[in-house]
Amino acid sequence: MRKTLIESVLFGSLTEPPPAITDQEKAELVSALDRAAHRRLGRSLAIREVDAGSCNGCELEIIALNNVFHDLERFGLKIVASPRHADVLMVTGPVTRNMEAALRLTYEAMPAPNYVVAVGNCACTGGVFAESYACRGAVSKVIPVDLRIPGCPPNPISLLKGLISLMD
Amino acid sequence: MTAVDLQTWEKKAAEIGQGLSRFVAIWGDASGYCPFVHLATRRKGASSAEVINLAAPDRRFPSIGAHQPAAILMERAIFDMHGLIADGLPDTRPWLDHGTWPGSRATKPYKFKPVNGDGIHQIPVGPVHAGTIEPGHFRFSVNGETIVRIEARLGYTHKGTLKLMRRASIDHAAKLTARISGDSTCAYSFAFALAVEQALGVEAPARAQILRGVMAELERLANHLGDFGAICNDAGFPLLNAHGAMLRERMLRLCAACFGHRLMMDLIVPGGVTADLAHGDEAKIDRELTIVSTQFERIVEVYEKTASLQDRTVGTGRLDPAVAELLGCGGYVGRASGQTFDARRDMAYAPYHDLHFGVPCRDIGDADTRVRVRIEEVRQSSAIILALLRELPDGPIQSPRPPSTSPREGNAIVEGFRGDVFSYVRISNGCIEDVFLRDPSWFLWPALETAIEGNIVADFPLCNKSFNASYSGCDL
Repeated sequence: MRKTLIESVLFGSLTEPPPAITDQEKAELVSALDRAAHRRLGRSLAIREVDAGSCNGCELEIIALNNVFHDLERFGLKIVASPRHADVLMVTGPVTRNMEAALRLTYEAMPAPNYVVAVGNCACTGGVFAESYACRGAVSKVIPVDLRIPGCPPNPISLLKGLISLMD
Repeated sequence: MTAVDLQTWEKKAAEIGQGLSRFVAIWGDASGYCPFVHLATRRKGASSAEVINLAAPDRRFPSIGAHQPAAILMERAIFDMHGLIADGLPDTRPWLDHGTWPGSRATKPYKFKPVNGDGIHQIPVGPVHAGTIEPGHFRFSVNGETIVRIEARLGYTHKGTLKLMRRASIDHAAKLTARISGDSTCAYSFAFALAVEQALGVEAPARAQILRGVMAELERLANHLGDFGAICNDAGFPLLNAHGAMLRERMLRLCAACFGHRLMMDLIVPGGVTADLAHGDEAKIDRELTIVSTQFERIVEVYEKTASLQDRTVGTGRLDPAVAELLGCGGYVGRASGQTFDARRDMAYAPYHDLHFGVPCRDIGDADTRVRVRIEEVRQSSAIILALLRELPDGPIQSPRPPSTSPREGNAIVEGFRGDVFSYVRISNGCIEDVFLRDPSWFLWPALETAIEGNIVADFPLCNKSFNASYSGCDL
């Protein structure tokens, strides 16, 4: 293990430069955001993730944000264990009716001001499950949404771009 | 599928109870004039599943769960979905139905199994968890630190997928199939494609068959590598999680570079595959696998030599081989508890039918053993990918699909990373008439409940991760 540890230090960092975001992309991503809330939250955001019925694909890519290549925490972004500690609620899935109440309770447990980010096609529009008897569809039908990051699932770079835009 | 009478059904149920036939899946179909119940079983040593159906004009059928506990959850789901009653079912509480959708049959509040005794208290956990994971509720009954009973209550991710698939075109149904469980998207698409191909009487071209194997093994590798780290993380050893997550990311990037999608969604379709390897990709895969394998062996060595880590995994969450046998647990959970089934070898579907590979199997059944089975599977998958690429022929990657007018059906069992995925389809006029996809997790959740007894609460995340059962896969 010592060898692995020493080599990890000597080998240098695998972490990559932050993704470049064009002005147009940024404008699209932040258009719906409340500037006043942004000033109060400052340059650090605590994120709570809720799976509202996803296939788990979006979770896999959100988890990948924490790996050494993407290193989410260097941007001041941290995934936290409780909505009480969170500034941002990331929601995935087509909001199944069985998860609707839990999603509302989680949202209500967050202190204000806060942001809600809909992650993935299902959370943005209901995706392929929009017509189901068991789903409410887009997250915005249940709680107000500030930012949408589409994709099936969105890759970590798309997720990073969206989250960084919340702070810029 | 064979239509059977009540007597034959009951004979089959008894056979399952005696262990002569393995239970694979049971599902209902109440869309037509007369409701039906379908039962899939597999004889030991047989290379395909047998599906029978029973008409249930009075909406009742003799329970299989009364003979085989692995069927209980599915029969509860059949009532939720179709209102068909399993006579003799030992547990008749709703499962997927939480009383939230129109036409719900769940009228009473859900009751957990009672636990009595001095000093026993309950800890409710979920559906929203502290980690970035799927939603489910766990009811712990504990005495001090020790878990006396845990009961899982799932269904939170129920999306009505099967109903959306019925009457959908084959292509749309394939898209829904790829989104039943995101970490097993290749395995599901593979199983669905084989069932559709059997129904239509077509075969994927030779090149597509090999590419399917490569995709399925890359998916297995990515999941095993990531989970190896995550299990160590839940045992309080984040260093290996950093390495495991890094190796998983390398695999996902390789998949994106070669096939255009990190999780390889929608790539395996009925008739073939939708993405091909370009010139030079084979060498790229070879190179990357060499690097990942070398680094993986290094972190395995750390696992082997860290006593404090093994102190957490050895002896934790032991699944008794007899329980694994009874429930029919597959995948690394079954193979760490004495079960030898691996669909790649035992169902002998393309491209595995031409390969020779051993199936790692142990019988200690604790979290450590599940880790060790997965370590061996990582080594094996890398070797299988390289062997497949050596055989990769030139040629088309999709076969034309013949039209279907009269109803035809097919089924398949495919080995996903967490176990065998069963698929059944009935097709008519190019549309899906009936479909069922059974996740291995239907058998893993009840197994986890038994494995956890007597462990401490703090070891639950470790046990849970070492099983890594899917929520979305069996909530459907």
